[in-house]
Amino acid sequence: MFDEYRDLVIQASYFVTAALFILGLKRMSSPVTARSGITWAGAGMLVATAVTFAYPGMSNYEWIIPAILLGGGYAWWSGKRVAITDMPQMIALYNGMGGGAAAAIAAVELYRGEMDSYAASVLAVVGGIIGAVSFSGSAIAFGKLQGLIKRSVRFSGQQVLNLLLLVGALVVGGLVALHINSSPAVVTTFFVLALVLGLTMTLPIGGADMPVVISLYNALTGLAVGFEGFVLNNAAMIIAGTVVGSAGTLLTQLMARAMNRSLGNVLFSGFGDTGGAATGTVTGSMKPIEASDVGVMMAFAQKVIIVPGYGMAVAQAQHKIWELCQLLIDRGVTVKFAIHPVAGRMPGHMNVLLAEAGVPYDLISDLDEINAEFETADVALIIGANDVVNPVARTDKSSPIYGMPILNADKAKNVIVIKRGQGAGFSGIENALFYLDNTRMLYGDAQKAGAELIQAIKAVG
Amino acid sequence: MTGMVALYIFMLAAFTGYEVISRVPVILHTPLMSGSNFVHGIVLVGAMVALGSAHTPLEKIIGFIGVLLAAGNAVGGYVVTERMLEMFKSSGARGAGAKKGAH
Repeated sequence: MFDEYRDLVIQASYFVTAALFILGLKRMSSPVTARSGITWAGAGMLVATAVTFAYPGMSNYEWIIPAILLGGGYAWWSGKRVAITDMPQMIALYNGMGGGAAAAIAAVELYRGEMDSYAASVLAVVGGIIGAVSFSGSAIAFGKLQGLIKRSVRFSGQQVLNLLLLVGALVVGGLVALHINSSPAVVTTFFVLALVLGLTMTLPIGGADMPVVISLYNALTGLAVGFEGFVLNNAAMIIAGTVVGSAGTLLTQLMARAMNRSLGNVLFSGFGDTGGAATGTVTGSMKPIEASDVGVMMAFAQKVIIVPGYGMAVAQAQHKIWELCQLLIDRGVTVKFAIHPVAGRMPGHMNVLLAEAGVPYDLISDLDEINAEFETADVALIIGANDVVNPVARTDKSSPIYGMPILNADKAKNVIVIKRGQGAGFSGIENALFYLDNTRMLYGDAQKAGAELIQAIKAVG
Repeated sequence: MTGMVALYIFMLAAFTGYEVISRVPVILHTPLMSGSNFVHGIVLVGAMVALGSAHTPLEKIIGFIGVLLAAGNAVGGYVVTERMLEMFKSSGARGAGAKKGAH
């Protein structure tokens, strides 16, 4: 009798959790309700975790509770103290942990080897390989964005090696899944192959493509969780995992499309490989300018469009830039922010930073909304953005970014580029915008340049 | 739960995920990716069940790692998403937002 009620309560709680997750995600997809969305989803997670302590046949509480406290405590501590600019790599890190957890569930089930149905063992293996790839792949993505891994490792025959690893993992996994040979040694080989595959798949991918890769691994982790949910017969895991799997896949496609790159292209060709050949088309020289001149130019402008990029994030310059904009707005200048879909390291990265600085989101425009307005702008102020304003994407067929939609900053009457040095962008491609006649370079860190510009505008009076 | 029912759940959940995301504005892409990252933290429930039913030392160690990682996914995903969404202010609250942001 007690068991019956307990099962009912557990199942009903998982049902409520699944509903809260979906409603939470729904609320998170509108700016007005977004903040309550995470609270709803969080409540769902609490309910599900709490009732799982009463799951039939549970023991080992002396292991479970320390593991939750350790893992949760570390994540709480690291998530609270990380700078807002470093969020992308933290998402990669926590996502990798989820993938690793899914792989661990698969490993426990496969080492135990008590699954009687083929469906369960096949799904455990598929979820295991996806989870393990997501785990080691996300770790590499974290390392690259955190600056721990500086170079993209590429060598000839890399694709062949990846293919061999994939086939190897599938064959060994097949042995386990079809109960042909599921000895511990074979299971171990399977997981090692899958983990190595995640490493070799992610190492050659350049930093500029990391947003797409993180989003892909996020979707993959969701899928792995869904599959392990089948194995454990857990509806909350199936629903939540699958919802994330499909939502994440759509999000990944949206991002890849914004960069005009197919997913296959991101995964299987190193970005910037052909970049060297494209540099010959750029002529002219970069013309420097002083902050005081830029201050005067902007103070007497009708309309200024700001194009932020990764340079603003690195310099943490969003507050200074907003202070600068407020000065301009007070003088009657129309100020708008133009955000490229892949500016920074993740889609929406710039929006988050500007929101942190207190920029109201109706001043912020997407590529489609703002592109026609550059022609009427007196000044386009580029802050640490590079590839997303490179006109080469429109003209040079040999360029790796050819065809990518860009912000038409070059159409503005004056273009001011705040940049730390003379180097090329993240993709390693020379930027034709910097050499145009109407472009001036303001060298320096975005934070420092912002402060100088504020001084200059105040001096105008 | 029979295999067919599980398959139906899978299909309907896949459509749900697609529909929920399909009309999302670009500015919410990163917070939403972070939010969905939190949602697959539900793997914690599975990891707890796996560790809770573990018998051999090997199963216990792997299960322990699984719960540890899953708890990191759930808690970290929540904290990061919450911090990001905290910064979204409606244009109605512009004056207050601008002042608060300019610290």
